[in-house]
Amino acid sequence: MNWISNYVRPKINSLFSRREMPENLWTKCDECGTMLFHRELRESLNVCTNCGHHMAITPRDRFIALFDGGMFAEVKVPAPVADPLHFRDQKRYPDRMKAAQRSTHEQEAMLVATGEIGRTPIVAAAQNFGFMAGSMGMYVGNAIIAAAETAVKQGRPLVLFSAAGGARMQEGILSLMQMPRSTVAVQMLKEAGLPYIVVLTHPTTGGVTASYAMLGDVQIAEPNALICFAGPRVIEQTIREKLPEGFQRAEYLLEHGMLDRVTPRGEMRTELITITRMLMGLPPAIMGELPAPGTPAEPQAEE
Amino acid sequence: MHSYLDFEKPLAEIEGKAEELRALARGEDGIEVEREAEALDQKARALLASLYKDLSPWRKCQVARHPARPHCKDYISALFTEFTPLAGDRGFSDDAAVMGGLARFNDRPVVVLGHEKGHDTASRLDRNFGMARPEGYRKAVRLMDMADRFGLPVVTLVDTPGAYPGKGAEERGQSEAIARATEKCLSIGVPLVSVVIGEGGSGGAVGIAAGNRVAMLEHSVYSVISPEGCASILWKDAGKMREAAEALRLTAQDLLTLGVVDRVIPEPMGGAQRDPAAAMANVGTAIQAMLDELSGQDRKALVAGRRKKFLEMGRNALPEPSSFIPAHFTQGRDRG
Ligand SMILES: [Zn+2]
Repeated sequence: MNWISNYVRPKINSLFSRREMPENLWTKCDECGTMLFHRELRESLNVCTNCGHHMAITPRDRFIALFDGGMFAEVKVPAPVADPLHFRDQKRYPDRMKAAQRSTHEQEAMLVATGEIGRTPIVAAAQNFGFMAGSMGMYVGNAIIAAAETAVKQGRPLVLFSAAGGARMQEGILSLMQMPRSTVAVQMLKEAGLPYIVVLTHPTTGGVTASYAMLGDVQIAEPNALICFAGPRVIEQTIREKLPEGFQRAEYLLEHGMLDRVTPRGEMRTELITITRMLMGLPPAIMGELPAPGTPAEPQAEE
Repeated sequence: MHSYLDFEKPLAEIEGKAEELRALARGEDGIEVEREAEALDQKARALLASLYKDLSPWRKCQVARHPARPHCKDYISALFTEFTPLAGDRGFSDDAAVMGGLARFNDRPVVVLGHEKGHDTASRLDRNFGMARPEGYRKAVRLMDMADRFGLPVVTLVDTPGAYPGKGAEERGQSEAIARATEKCLSIGVPLVSVVIGEGGSGGAVGIAAGNRVAMLEHSVYSVISPEGCASILWKDAGKMREAAEALRLTAQDLLTLGVVDRVIPEPMGGAQRDPAAAMANVGTAIQAMLDELSGQDRKALVAGRRKKFLEMGRNALPEPSSFIPAHFTQGRDRG
């Protein structure tokens, strides 16, 4: 395979999708109301420079910031059967899909890529909350399996950024079956002795949390991310009482022993480099902004 | 006294009339009612058959939740001997919504576990209506581990509206507990057979249902979300649960067609609640058949087979909805 030809050239202007790009150059922080320059936001990876609020970031923008020189090769995900149940609620499922594809310019709710972080070869997968709430259907299941298979084949760790409202209802029971399917993918990594790092981002809920997103060797979350099985509203309806401040947020889960770390987005890359290199038995990385690999990276030699 | 579902109201009238007639005859000598009562019985039987011939998905949900349906505890006492309940997750508490322990199935030692909903107000509260907390899933993991160490097959009985959405359950890691239970199901080196006996409610069901073989009772349901929940999210109207039940394809027959379950176990006419003993016997036959299918497979083959089953799910082309099997279909081999 000619790896270099599969490189995705980083597009600086892709940091904000066209739809979100307003006429002026400001975006208002939905937490503190501060008006933020787009250039400023781009540099801070969509984190408010005033209050530290972590806004959504697309998988593509995340990968551009994550990988050395912003270079990565997309891993092809096998396409599942489209609309297996011929599902129709108020809209047809294929129409919802088309609308999501138009607004995100992405095929589905998960992006998988290979590349290097601090010269450490990894496989990364990132869920796109902007695509039908990042919901887990057969495509997302296939993406996780493809990510795990690639990691095993190339002897790389897998770093997965989760973000989802849960399972994709329009695929019915087949979306629920992605819970065991994705769990099998995680088991492949474990058996191959490869690290599986989960970065939980806002929000990660439902069947996604109750499967691959909670099975990492190391569980890291972005600050204030909502992470839960049942959402706060469902719980309030069930127990008929107000929930405490910060309930089900990253810091709350850390306090309750459900996470290893809560790490701001700006420090995530360095932290992932440090952790993956130690788990892979590699020497400390040379830190800092690294250019893209100069030569096409070869698949890692077998141990 | 039989409790009737909404759609069974006409049946309740006829059966009630027959009952009244017979009561009348018992009170006064010399009144001949048997012929009339017999005619009403016959009418009731015909009505029951026509009602259950083609149950809509929403009606199936109602039957699956019927309070008089046999529950996990009933199956364990009917089909297993020497049942020895084992309790606790060794970390926090025991969760009565998941019951399990050692038992013999047709004399063979096994681990049996399942969701238990309870049968009256007190036991329903005690069992939290079959909605498990993390401790329930952690107990399941512990029991599956034990089965794995001692080479005992695991039988799971699935019947839950879903995992409990509560404050403490979330604080103690409901998601992690379900994820670990699913992972355990997929890694044990002993046969794991699961039967959905009532409601297969989302992740709360999957956690103990990722088996080598999965069967469903004829009128049970298994779904990613309840029809009410789906209706309120996608239709913005919880009253559209009929439409949602239809769209979700959650019946045993649909799941068989989609390749998610391996067999459909027939229920007596009118559902398991009309003749629990017969329904439970059918489940027993199916469990034995599934264990037989897996006999002779070593640890590696059992684990590999289970993983392959789930990896392949939905990977191949699926049949068109027009070829979905009518609701009254059951797999031929299970008919007897
Ligand atoms: Zn702010």
